[in-house]
Amino acid sequence: MRYLPLTEDDRAAMLKDVGVASVDAFYKGLPLTPKFDLPDHQGEMEIERLMSVLSNHNRAANNGPFFLGAGVYHHHIPASVDYIIQRSEFLTSYTPYQPEIAQGTLQVIFEFQTMIARLTGQDIANASMYDGATACAEAALMAMRITGRADIVIANELHPQYHEVLESYVGDNIATCVSEDTACVIIQSPDFFGKPANYAKWREECDAVGAKLIVVVTEILSLGLLDAPSMADIVCGEAQSIGIPMSYGGPHLGFFACREEYLRQMPGRLCGETVDADGRRSFVLTLSTREQHIRREKATSNICTNQGLCALAFTVHMALLGEVGFKQLARLNHERACTLADALSQINGVKVLNETFFNEFLVELPKPADEVVKALIDKNIIAGYALDKNRLLVTATEMTSEHDITIFANALRGVLK
Amino acid sequence: MSEDLIGASRALNYEEALLWEYKAGDGSGVDLPQPKITKLRTGQAARESIGLPQLKEPQVLRHFVRLSTKNFSIDHGFFPLGSCTMKHNPRLNEKVARMRGFGNIHPLQPQETVQGALALMFELQNWLGELTGLRSVCLTPAAGAHGELAGLMTIKRAHEENGEDHRTVILCPDSAHGTNPATAAMCGYTLRVIPTKENGCVTLDAFKEALGDGADVAGMMVTNPNTCGLFESEITECAKLLHAAGGYFYCDGANFNALVGNVRPADFGVDVMHINLHKTFSTPHGGGGPGSGPICVADSLKAYLPFPCVIKDDDNFRLETREDRPTSFGRLKGFQGQFGMFVRALTYMISHGADGLRQVAQDAVLNANYIRVKLRDDFHAPFGDKVCMHEALFTDKLQKDAGVTTLDIAKAMIEYGMHPMTVYFPLVVNGAMLVEPTETESKETIDRFVAVMQKIAADVRAGDTEKFHDYPLSSPRRRLDEVAAARKPKLTA
Repeated sequence: MRYLPLTEDDRAAMLKDVGVASVDAFYKGLPLTPKFDLPDHQGEMEIERLMSVLSNHNRAANNGPFFLGAGVYHHHIPASVDYIIQRSEFLTSYTPYQPEIAQGTLQVIFEFQTMIARLTGQDIANASMYDGATACAEAALMAMRITGRADIVIANELHPQYHEVLESYVGDNIATCVSEDTACVIIQSPDFFGKPANYAKWREECDAVGAKLIVVVTEILSLGLLDAPSMADIVCGEAQSIGIPMSYGGPHLGFFACREEYLRQMPGRLCGETVDADGRRSFVLTLSTREQHIRREKATSNICTNQGLCALAFTVHMALLGEVGFKQLARLNHERACTLADALSQINGVKVLNETFFNEFLVELPKPADEVVKALIDKNIIAGYALDKNRLLVTATEMTSEHDITIFANALRGVLK
Repeated sequence: MSEDLIGASRALNYEEALLWEYKAGDGSGVDLPQPKITKLRTGQAARESIGLPQLKEPQVLRHFVRLSTKNFSIDHGFFPLGSCTMKHNPRLNEKVARMRGFGNIHPLQPQETVQGALALMFELQNWLGELTGLRSVCLTPAAGAHGELAGLMTIKRAHEENGEDHRTVILCPDSAHGTNPATAAMCGYTLRVIPTKENGCVTLDAFKEALGDGADVAGMMVTNPNTCGLFESEITECAKLLHAAGGYFYCDGANFNALVGNVRPADFGVDVMHINLHKTFSTPHGGGGPGSGPICVADSLKAYLPFPCVIKDDDNFRLETREDRPTSFGRLKGFQGQFGMFVRALTYMISHGADGLRQVAQDAVLNANYIRVKLRDDFHAPFGDKVCMHEALFTDKLQKDAGVTTLDIAKAMIEYGMHPMTVYFPLVVNGAMLVEPTETESKETIDRFVAVMQKIAADVRAGDTEKFHDYPLSSPRRRLDEVAAARKPKLTA
């Protein structure tokens, strides 16, 4: 078997040195299962054939017009990203606990933290969280720790799955109105229906009662065109849009940024700058006393493994885009969404509900959205996310061509007749 | 840019600047269509300066390639980190994960358009259920610690549904990984510690004492084999008592590599366990993730698992809805879990098959025991010369008095071209060194490791100890000032 280097001679020699007749000695007294109802080993050839069948049974985003967003976005990934993340030194390395031989990973984390802080207008950011939904839950827990208060208010249209995850983590604490017991107010921007939020209004509401303002961003590209939520206490969310494929929901990339004063209450890993014995600039995981391996039951979170390689992919993609490219990409997304909005609003009975949006908005249809979505699948169009009240959430990105928009509009017209 | 930094580069030993220390260029490393829009519909003016670097593709590629040369990895050499299972990451996994139909699908697509993905997840659920004997599987937790959270929340929900929410205590040995107590605290549980200092294992007596009458006990969290590398020999008896008292047995699956294909945790009384796909099932560690921590539960807990699991209706696969399982405690992560890691793990499982996985565990355990006996004269084994499982535990007791500690030994290993073993864990012994070779190392490599360790011990005995305080010397950096990093944290450029 190709992954097992020990030969029969090796095993015999080693068993002899250990002083046992066979490996059975190591499993003595343990409840053994002699046979499993599973097939035996296979080679690469057979496996590729098998897995290709499964892969081909999925309709990929680039197989036709695609307008689905709702928290996960279809963006282009430059070729260089995959080459970097597949390098042995990045792919098969571990958490950088031995910094002398992990400066590559550590400097990448430092650059990632810097990018996230600048994008969000915050002082500091951590090395990543699992995803936007869990980052949001951890932000709520952090706000509760900082304020010593119990209530969490969700103030605008938060992604329904983020809401569900919050319910699992802090369900008993979700309250309906802002009061002296409020630990935090959570707002999403753009909200689940695509509308950019008004940070200043919520900053005022929070300050009136001493609550923390948490801004959740599910489409990080929006920060290339919209204002940074620098007036928030915590900014968290999903960075999958940059460098990371949609991959049926994971692995993605949660990000977490906040003000410097909350540093010691932050969850997750932090990489800091220092020097080595020769005085050379170096990077190292720091402030570990917040974390589970030191603080155990008093840790700020139980998180250990996070999304390291995805953070690398993000950092590479952002480095390629740069200041000019990132803003240009954001503007391009908005332009495509405007073109889509114009095309759809020209269809009889279809109404664009958003006054403002970034790359995603609601349309109201003259019939149930799930029926429309189903009918359009038959025309090889993935139309968007169906909601109640005849509403459809549609998204355009730089991957959405004008041709796609024309096909979509024509097909929608046909389906609505 | 710092000239002395670049001036310090020598041959293939690079000093590399931060992205922001390069002179900003005048465009982007990505060519995009030029947007022509003037009137924005965002309701606000366009954002101005962000503070990102500005480089072209050749510069960016070179930057990250040069950074990569400062990293040690499994592909480089021996990486015997105890409890991390640093086995070879097969490249077939990467090839398959990149098939277009896997990477480019959206989690909210109508399910009839992603039957391949759902079939894959269903198959993975089956493999995990068959290998653990715990037939109900939820793939959504994002990593081991997240799996622990999922497991404890499942237990908590079960007790609530059965009117047993007065059970607020989790029993946990003192040798547990930090994520265990951290997770218990996140669930609102109080920990009651089972001491294991005497022999590294949970004894029935110590368990009974911690259990008491069990009325307040929700369950126990035990890693088996444990963090000392030993199989918990009395665990089946403890599980029986726990069950009789109405508690559930959560098994931390970090050390499953010792058992896979040979022993089913269901057979020693486990009710729920998480699996680390990035440990036992070879998905790459990536410098700190992504991982994946699915949980497998016995029938008694099936109703309370997080959702969604993948189910099969006739010939169609689909994701569960709330209506399918209203007693689930809910969603723990966005969407369906770390799907990209499912593809890799299943590819690995099918590669090995039942016969291969059986050999995986046996070779892992043989390698660890071989190291145990080869080093028995040079390093102190805290629990005597007991047979171990997939990892061997030593301490620095025989070297400490000469002024050479576990830390020094670890740094010496770096100098000799290997990654250190896990150090100072588990906390139940002083100066712990936990060595997990895994099954993907050749006897040659293991003999080389043994030789290095024997030389270190010999040098210490000979009084040649000064050098150990300076190691490593040849790595990209020497020992770092971690105190300064924490005292005045600088976390951004």
